[in-house]
Amino acid sequence: MNPQSTLPPTPAALPPKTGDPSVPVGRRGKGPRSEVRFFSGLGHVALAVWAVIVIVPILWTFLAAFKNTTEIFSSPWTLPAELRWENFGRAWTKARVGRYFLNSVIVVGGSTFLTMLLGSMAAYVLARYRFWGNRAVYYLFVSGLAFPVFLALVPLFFVVKQLGLLDTYQGVVLVYTAYSLPFTVFFLAAFFKTLPTSVAEAGMIDGCGHTRLFFQVMMPMAKPGLISVAIFNIIGQWAQYQLPLVLLSDKNKWVLTQGIAEISVNAGYEADWSGLFAALTLAILPMIIVYAIFQRQIQAGLTSGAVK
Amino acid sequence: MRHGKYPFVIGFLIAPVALYVTFVIWPYAQAFWISMTNWRGLSAPQYVGFDNFRRLLDDGAFWKAIQHHGVLLLALPLITIAIALFFAFLLNVGGKSSGGQRQGVWGSKFYRVVFFFPQVLAVAIIAVLFQTVYRPNESGLINGVLMKLGLDPVLFLIRPNLALWSIIAVLVWQAVGFYVVLFSAGMASIPGEIYEAAEMDGASRVTLFFRVTLPLLWDTLQVAWVYLGIAAFDCFAIVAVLSIDGGGPDGATTVLAVEIYRNAFTYQKYGYASAMGVALFFLTITFAALTLRLTKRESVEY
Repeated sequence: MNPQSTLPPTPAALPPKTGDPSVPVGRRGKGPRSEVRFFSGLGHVALAVWAVIVIVPILWTFLAAFKNTTEIFSSPWTLPAELRWENFGRAWTKARVGRYFLNSVIVVGGSTFLTMLLGSMAAYVLARYRFWGNRAVYYLFVSGLAFPVFLALVPLFFVVKQLGLLDTYQGVVLVYTAYSLPFTVFFLAAFFKTLPTSVAEAGMIDGCGHTRLFFQVMMPMAKPGLISVAIFNIIGQWAQYQLPLVLLSDKNKWVLTQGIAEISVNAGYEADWSGLFAALTLAILPMIIVYAIFQRQIQAGLTSGAVK
Repeated sequence: MRHGKYPFVIGFLIAPVALYVTFVIWPYAQAFWISMTNWRGLSAPQYVGFDNFRRLLDDGAFWKAIQHHGVLLLALPLITIAIALFFAFLLNVGGKSSGGQRQGVWGSKFYRVVFFFPQVLAVAIIAVLFQTVYRPNESGLINGVLMKLGLDPVLFLIRPNLALWSIIAVLVWQAVGFYVVLFSAGMASIPGEIYEAAEMDGASRVTLFFRVTLPLLWDTLQVAWVYLGIAAFDCFAIVAVLSIDGGGPDGATTVLAVEIYRNAFTYQKYGYASAMGVALFFLTITFAALTLRLTKRESVEY
């Protein structure tokens, strides 16, 4: 990858030539080297400390999930005496984490699919077709990026209510999709613009219609961009808390974030702390696994929006 | 060739635009109108002009929330960006240079993966996690240690002047990894020769950071500041779940989003809640515009 890596190290990286008067000691020789050592020493400590700060609360939660209430209170820093898998069973069924998890999957699955389909259709047309009102529609979408969701919360509740979509998966899916469109359209429109026109023209000459051209030629070509935006949307929608809080009051339809927040309130009353830790673990673990597998794409997907 | 362009364009736009207008644009537009009414949900809304906004100015909870947004707006971006910049610098250019290629310190890849992880967790889940971390008795992660050492427990979320900072700490905990990756991307695009040349001239690591990295990263920093500022105006999930009774103790951590939610969905004061929403909207817009304006400078070409 790096053609220079086989070359001998630069003077700065070599040990200082003691006794060589031509090298000003402390500037080019000794200075940077001891500085490098000092900085990487300090740096290692700082980085390791932060890594511990990030990992420990999560690891501690996983351990507490196997403890019982007595252990949680009396020995918060020790390993559990035995692996109490029943805590997870209780969280999954009695605290309904299984139900909430499934609801989250249904809602996020549906809305990510719809967001990607509708978002890429709109972005494609806005990026590659000239027609009257194109810019107006584009700015209508992009303006949504600037508004805080909280401004719309009250009217949104009534709009959804009037449509009879409160407490339905469909309602949440449509609302998630609508609120994901500004970023999706903004990002994908920029992406579709960068795709070459020659392929599209060749398709046209072969008698490909506009719709077929989109689904069979442009969509596959836009795959890298689509994946980035899909990751962005999945993580964002999975983490949603305020919208479901307003739109879903029926406990059977609650998503995971709502459910876990509620469990933490109840855990105090029912003194089922280990159940809470098990529930938290069940909520966190899948994200760790997904992140471990796709971390490269996830980091790229989440940050690509910010650099553009 | 061009036949059927308009039916196609309309066919592709109609569903997304209809959905977007129904659930986003229309509610936003309504919010401005509702904020001018005394609507409480039962009878038809009555126009009351700027009454809600006048009441807002006398509302202690509103001013408390504004004050907290002020603290968040300064603390959250400053702390997060400072820590993230430091780490990003270490991870990208902090190590030895070999063959003219700047390198990060040992283990850079591992740290980047670990630091970023909190970003994929839902804020509501993180809030529950930190409830257990901050718990005031021996079952809390931090106080468990302190009490084992014979120290008094720290009442993180209970002491009013500590509660907001406890929440800021969680927000920083979550955000740092994202900005490390963001700044790393920015630093990666700075050519190695620039560092090489500066080092030839005897520049120290500190000088390298302040005279080379920082100016060349200005655009990314600006983006980071706007993002974190907008986050400082929202933070509903964290305050609603983590703090005592959503904004407590005694309003010590309340933010506008929590007040809007409470007024609308607990007290059914829809008009008043919408007025707060409008205030939040103008604050956010003003912040973004001001930031972009004040930090505007010639970006360095390289």
